[in-house]
Amino acid sequence: MPYQRVKFYQTGTFTVGNRLLDESNRTVQAGMDRTNSLNSGHRACQGCGEALGARYALDAVMRATHQQMVAVNATGCLEVFSSPYPESAWQIPWLHSLFGNAPAVASGVAAALRAKGRKDVRVIAQGGDGATVDIGFGCLSGMFERNDDVLYVCYDNEAYMNTGVQRSGSTPPRAWTNTTQAVGVDPGNPMGIGKNLPRIAMAHGIPYVATASVADLHDLEAKVTKAMNFRGARYIHIHVPCPLGWKSDPAHTIKVARLAVESGLFPLIEAEGGEVTDRTPIRKQVPVEQYLELQGRFKHLFHPRDERALEAIQAIADANIHRYQLLPVKA
Amino acid sequence: MERKPFAITLNPASSLANHTGNWRTMRPIYVDHLPPCNQGCPAGENIQGWLYEAEEGKYEQAWRKIMEENPFPAIHGRVCYHPCETACNRGQLDEPVSIHAVERFLGDYAIEQGWQVEAGVETGKRVLVVGAGPSGLSAAYHLARLGHAVTIIEAGPKPGGMMRFGIPQYRLPRNVLDAEIARIVAMGVSIHLNQKVDNLETTIQEGEFDAVFLAIGAHLSKRVDIPGRDAGRMIDVLGFLKGMDGRAVPKIGRRVVVYGGGDTAIDAARTAKRLGAEETILIYRRDRGHMPAHDFEVEEALEEGVLTRWLQTIRQVDNTTLTVEEMTLDEQGRPQPTGRIETLEADTVILAVGQEVDTGFLEDVPGLDISSDGVIQVDASMMTGRAGVFAGGDMVPAERTVTVATGHGKKAARHIDAYLRGSEYRKPSPNTVAAYDRLNTWYYTDADKNRQPYLDLARRRASFEEVVGGLDTDTALLEARRCLSCGNCFECDTCYGVCPDNAIIKLGPGQRYEVNYDYCKGCGVCAEECPCGAIDMVKEVR
Repeated sequence: MPYQRVKFYQTGTFTVGNRLLDESNRTVQAGMDRTNSLNSGHRACQGCGEALGARYALDAVMRATHQQMVAVNATGCLEVFSSPYPESAWQIPWLHSLFGNAPAVASGVAAALRAKGRKDVRVIAQGGDGATVDIGFGCLSGMFERNDDVLYVCYDNEAYMNTGVQRSGSTPPRAWTNTTQAVGVDPGNPMGIGKNLPRIAMAHGIPYVATASVADLHDLEAKVTKAMNFRGARYIHIHVPCPLGWKSDPAHTIKVARLAVESGLFPLIEAEGGEVTDRTPIRKQVPVEQYLELQGRFKHLFHPRDERALEAIQAIADANIHRYQLLPVKA
Repeated sequence: MERKPFAITLNPASSLANHTGNWRTMRPIYVDHLPPCNQGCPAGENIQGWLYEAEEGKYEQAWRKIMEENPFPAIHGRVCYHPCETACNRGQLDEPVSIHAVERFLGDYAIEQGWQVEAGVETGKRVLVVGAGPSGLSAAYHLARLGHAVTIIEAGPKPGGMMRFGIPQYRLPRNVLDAEIARIVAMGVSIHLNQKVDNLETTIQEGEFDAVFLAIGAHLSKRVDIPGRDAGRMIDVLGFLKGMDGRAVPKIGRRVVVYGGGDTAIDAARTAKRLGAEETILIYRRDRGHMPAHDFEVEEALEEGVLTRWLQTIRQVDNTTLTVEEMTLDEQGRPQPTGRIETLEADTVILAVGQEVDTGFLEDVPGLDISSDGVIQVDASMMTGRAGVFAGGDMVPAERTVTVATGHGKKAARHIDAYLRGSEYRKPSPNTVAAYDRLNTWYYTDADKNRQPYLDLARRRASFEEVVGGLDTDTALLEARRCLSCGNCFECDTCYGVCPDNAIIKLGPGQRYEVNYDYCKGCGVCAEECPCGAIDMVKEVR
C-alpha cells in the first residue's frame, strides 16, 4: 500500500479515522474489524505505551499478511503482562522462549516455514529495549547478518520496567532509573553512553530499518506495512512511553511520545540497505524542556534548573534535526 | 483441566476473564460541550451542527438545521456581523472558520434549489405581528412552524423593514431578500402592506387575535440641534436610504457630508458615493477606534474613496458651507470641544446620529412600560406589561442588529406558543463552553481560510452591484471542513484507536462510541487525545 498523507481534509487529518475518507484510506486501528492482536484484560499499567504500540504494529502486520502471521516474544513487560498463567491476551499465534533468544527462535520459525513451503506465513519477533539492545543483541545481530526473513519490532520504553526500572542501553542521558539515581555531580544516567540500535541495524545493511512512535499512528502503520513488502531481515524501533518508569501521567502517554518526536529527540526515519531514504518532518518544533518536564525521571533537571544538562540534551535534539533534516521545508 | 492441542498452553484472549475495569479511579464519559460559535450566535443557531452536515456535502440537511433556528441564512450570510467568528476557536490556531460565507452559500443554494419549509399542524390560534422586519418575520416564521395562523401588519410599501430600508443593495441584493421572505409567505403567513396600526387594542379585538408580537423597529431618525440657515440641505439618513428602495432616488449635491459614526452612517456615505457624489466626507466626533461601526465596513468605505474627518462636530450649516469644531478625547474617551473652528464646503448634509421608536399607537394599551427614548420594557419571556402582547427587535433594549432582531423573533415565538398553550417555555440549560484549551490541535491540519471574491473597485464606486461574492460548492465544502467541531464528537476514531486496553467500542457511522467499563482502567489517554474535547474524566463512584 503506497503511503500518502492526506492533506485535503482539514477536520481530523491526523486522527485515527476520518469519516470523510474512504474506508480503505483510514488506519487499520479505525476499522471495526481490526484484529485486536493484544486483547482486553491484559495486566499492563494504566496508559501503557507498549501495549498500545504492540497492538498498532501487530494489527497492521495482520492486515498486510491477510492474517498469516506468527509472533515470537522475548521476555519483558509485554510478555509478562500479556500471559500470566492461565490467561493470555493474545489473539494471534504467539510464542515465548527466553529473554535473550527471541531473534534466534524467530529465525528458527522462519526456517521451519521455509522447509514446509509456507511462504504465505510471515514471522515477527518482538521485545522491549532490554531484550533487544542488551540481552538479545547477539542473537539479533546474527539474525541481521544471516538476513533471515523476520521483522523484528523493538518497543523502546528506555529501561527494564518489568523488573523495577533498571537502566538499559537505551536509557537516555540524565534520566533517573533505580540503577542511575539522581544523585551526585551529574545525576541520573551518564551522558555519552548507550546504544542507538536503529543505526546499528542500518550498519548491518539489512533491507529495511525504520523508527516509529505511538504518537503518529499513520506513520507507524505505513512503515509496518511497508516492511512486509520486503523479504529478509527488517527492523522497526517504536518509541513507547512508560508512565511507571518515566514517572509521567498515564493520560500523557501519547502526548509525551509526541513531544519526543516534535522536539527532535526521537527522529522518525526510514532506511533501505543501510541508507536513510526518508524522514517524517517535525510539524511544530518544541524545545526539549517541554518533553522532559512532563516526566518525573527528569525532575532533578528542574529543581534546581540544571542548565548544563538541558543544553546538552537540546544539543542531542539539534544534532538529530540536522542529521535527518527534520524541520519542514518552508514554502 | 481441559486438554489443549500440542504446544498450546494458554487459550487465545482468555485474559477477557480479567476485568481490569476495577482498577479505575476515574472514568471517561462522552459529553457534548457548547461550541463558542453557538454561544456567540444571537439567533441561537447550532453552527457546529450544521457545519458538521455541510462537511459531508449534505447541504440540504445543513440548511434545514439552520432553518430550525433562523429563516434567513442567505441574508445573515451577508449582513450578520458574525460574532460567531469572533468567538471561533480556530481563530487562535490560524483564522476563524468563515461561517458567514458557508451560511450564505447554503442560503443561496437553497434558493436556487427551491427548498421550502412546511407550516406546522394548525392549532386554531391567531397571532398578530406588527412590523415585517427581521424580528416580525422571524416570529411569524417560527409561529407558522408551530401551527399558529399569523397575520403581519406592515406600515411600509414592502416587507423587510430595516433589511430593505436600512441596508443598501450592494450588501444585500433585493432578489435574495425577496426570496427568503417569499418562503415565509408560502407557509401561509399573510402580510398586509401600507397599513398602520392606529390603536392596538381595537385591532386585537377586531381581528380576534390570541396574542400579539410588536416589532416595529426604530424608524425615527434622531435629531441634533444644529443651527442652519438652509435646513433643506440637511436630510435624515433613514429618509435617504429608504428613498433608494423605490419611489424617488434622493437628490444630493456634489459634495456630501455624512454626520455620524455608526454602520448606518457608513452605509449612507457609500451610497452617496455610488450616486455620483464627487466628494463624500464622513464626520464623526470621536476617532476611528471609538466608532460604533464595524471596522471592516469602515475599511471598505475607505477603499471606495470615502473621506473621513475624525474628532470633529458640526457647529453650523450654511448655504454651501459648514462650520466644524475640532474635538479631543478625555480620559473616559468622551469628546470635548477645543474651540478650534474650521469651515468646509458641502452641498448636502446627511444626519446619521441614531434612531428612535415611534410608539404613538401604543398610548392606549394598558400596562406598557415605555422609556423616555421610546424603548419598550419586556420580561424574560419578551412579554410586555400587557398580557399576551410581546415585543422584540429594535424597539426593546438590546443591540440593534438584524441577527439580534431575528433571535428575538424566535425567542418570542417560543414564548407566545407556550402562552397560547397555557404552559411555560423553558430553554434547556446550555452545556459548558468548549474553550480552546480543551482541544488537542495537533490532530488538525493547517488550512487557510477560503476568501470570498470582491467586486473590483471601479465598479464598487459606480454601481449598486453586490460587493462581496459567494463561495462555490467546492470552496464552501473546504471551508466547512475547517471546523474543529469544538466540544462535539465528530467520529474521528481517535479514542477508539488510542485506548491501550481496547476498552472503547465503536458503534458504527453516526452512532459514535461507548466505553467498555469492564476493561477501561481509567488511564485518561482517550480524554487527553480527543481532538475536540468531547470526553470528560469524572471521579469513579462505586
